[in-house]
Amino acid sequence: MHAGLEHYLTVSALLFCLGLFGVISRRNLLVIYMSLELMLNAANLAFVALSRFTNNIDGQVMVFFIITVAAAEVAVGLALIVALYRKKQSAHVEDLTSMKL
Amino acid sequence: MGKETLAWLILFLPLAAAGTIALFTRKHPTVSVRLSICAVLASFVLTWAFAGAWNEAGRFSAAAEWISVGNFNIEMGITIDRLSWIMLLIVTGVGSAIHIYSYGYMKEDPAFSRFFASLSLFTFSMLGIVLANNFLQMFVFWELVGLSSYLLIGFWYGKASAADAAKKAFLTNRIGDFGFLLGMIAIWTAVGTVNFEEVRNAITANKGIFGTAASAIGFLIFMGAMGKSAQFPLHVWLPDAMEGPTPVSALIHAATMVAAGVYMLCRVFFIYGANPAWPEWLGVLDGISALQIIAWIGGITALLAALIAVQQNDIKRILAYSTLSQLGYMVMAVGLTGTDAAMYHLGTHAFFKALLFLGAGSVIHAMHHEQDIWTMGALKDKTPLTFWTFLIGTLALAGAPPFAGFYSKDAILAVAFEHAPFSLFPLAVIVAVLTTFYMTRLMLITFFGKERSDAAHHAHESPGVMTGPLVFLAILTVIGGFLGLGNIVNAETEHHAGSWISEAFAPFSHAPMAALSGIAAMLFGAFLAFGLYWNAERDPLPEMARTLSRGMRNRFYFDEFYETLIAGSQGALAKLADMVDRYLIAGLLVRGSSGFVEIGGRALRLVQSGNLQTYTFMLALGVALVLLIVFRTGL
Repeated sequence: MHAGLEHYLTVSALLFCLGLFGVISRRNLLVIYMSLELMLNAANLAFVALSRFTNNIDGQVMVFFIITVAAAEVAVGLALIVALYRKKQSAHVEDLTSMKL
Repeated sequence: MGKETLAWLILFLPLAAAGTIALFTRKHPTVSVRLSICAVLASFVLTWAFAGAWNEAGRFSAAAEWISVGNFNIEMGITIDRLSWIMLLIVTGVGSAIHIYSYGYMKEDPAFSRFFASLSLFTFSMLGIVLANNFLQMFVFWELVGLSSYLLIGFWYGKASAADAAKKAFLTNRIGDFGFLLGMIAIWTAVGTVNFEEVRNAITANKGIFGTAASAIGFLIFMGAMGKSAQFPLHVWLPDAMEGPTPVSALIHAATMVAAGVYMLCRVFFIYGANPAWPEWLGVLDGISALQIIAWIGGITALLAALIAVQQNDIKRILAYSTLSQLGYMVMAVGLTGTDAAMYHLGTHAFFKALLFLGAGSVIHAMHHEQDIWTMGALKDKTPLTFWTFLIGTLALAGAPPFAGFYSKDAILAVAFEHAPFSLFPLAVIVAVLTTFYMTRLMLITFFGKERSDAAHHAHESPGVMTGPLVFLAILTVIGGFLGLGNIVNAETEHHAGSWISEAFAPFSHAPMAALSGIAAMLFGAFLAFGLYWNAERDPLPEMARTLSRGMRNRFYFDEFYETLIAGSQGALAKLADMVDRYLIAGLLVRGSSGFVEIGGRALRLVQSGNLQTYTFMLALGVALVLLIVFRTGL
């Protein structure tokens, strides 16, 4: 069976939804972080697939940007998590309610 | 100086005096009074310079552009013709006498300067009405007269009754003025101008120019006169206006301002030349012209006021109701198309009623500000000059020949006899009987009989500055009739007027029925009054006609009726407005909207849990919702 654009996009959407579900449902910050990466990669997949099927290189350029930004984000994010853990002795989202007024 | 400048001077001298007094000489009463008197005297003298100054069209005019917006032009103009000239003479002539009299009467008042400033302002406003050449200018001065009348009635504003009377006069006049304003706007809508001459020409050219609004316009304009000339049912303010100083009552509420309504009707009489018609929704009034309404309102006012005057005990109030009644006569004459007769009576009435009021002022002065006639008596010998001049005024008012009042009243009776011999003519004769009756009653109680109080015993004649104007006005009252004041009013008769002897007997040859019934009415009224009040200790009438007398004494309960009506309807309206404000505006709109926002805010606050994942979930939900909408509607 030949794989068409819709197949790639479906996989991308599924990955995105899985990531989102992880972000919403998991309690551990690190796991949430990993789910976020999954969402980013779902987007990457969609970009690459569209780039391939429309013969337009722009999508692939965007993927490189996303990978770069994701790497930077991981660095900042993990640093924040470590800082939070040091302050609160916990990496669970339930304990992070200081945004409530 | 050209004639036009002189004409403008007549108008603006009193204003200059009022302004100077108000701004500079308030602390110097003697300067103020001289300024004020000089201004009105100068206007009086200047008026004589315009005797016969009108051109072939019967008019002398001057005008300056006042307002010009697009094709809407209003002039500030001056028109001097027979009508306005005679009125000028009355305003400045009687005005001069009263200004001088006030010098004596008001001498001890601390607010002397303010009084004369107001008086000068009034003179200016009144001259403005007289000289106006268009409706708008007349209306502006009309309102100014209302204002100065307010200032003068409420001159002793510390007295609650005076302040109330001033308010009452102002508000009652406002009702009439509103009608005047509406009528004026209607005329402007139909003709496109408010200039008297242009409107007159437009109506002459096309009698149907007002269409179905003609009668309504006539009535609305008359409403202005109804307010100023205190016609039923807007008559209630005039008797209360007697709270003002007596010279004010004489000048404003007897001689000039209240006559402004009659003068205005004569001035704009041409609008009643349009074909009478009522709009469809007023179909019940078909066949009744505005003039008929005017005549009947005048007649009713004359009768009603004369009846009330019979049982009043305050000397000024008797005269006030008598003024009302005479104004009713004039308005009736206008309604019966007898504008000449109306103006004639206006002129003579100005003389003798000002005389009577000033005489009453002199009596009040002599009695140390006592106004109840039942405390007076036997003043004949104590105040002889006042007595004789008052007697002349009374005879003139009663219509005794050869005093001025006889001729002018006869002219009105003749008009009534000619146009409404079986309805308004008998009514006018009854009013004549009543007029003589209440005036004779006043004379007998005040000047004859016994002294009824200490004040009457110690009464003394007023100073010369007060009796001088009395004598001046008395002379005018005596000779005004057969010197042919009526002929100045009426252009046609001037040229074939005979000698003064034939003039003196003219009423008998011209309309014998009117003249004879007028004299008969006078004699009958005097006979009745002598029978009842000669040497009377108390008023015998209340015992003889209990209900009627009580009604008369209480002014037929008009004030009470208005109080109930207005206080009631106003109270209901206020209650409604209060409900709307309290429940609809404050309750629903103000508190409702703030409450809605607050409850919404409270609900939304629950959403802000501080939980990161809830936020994310909602974000995702929102995005999903947006996507759903986008895909569904294909935006």
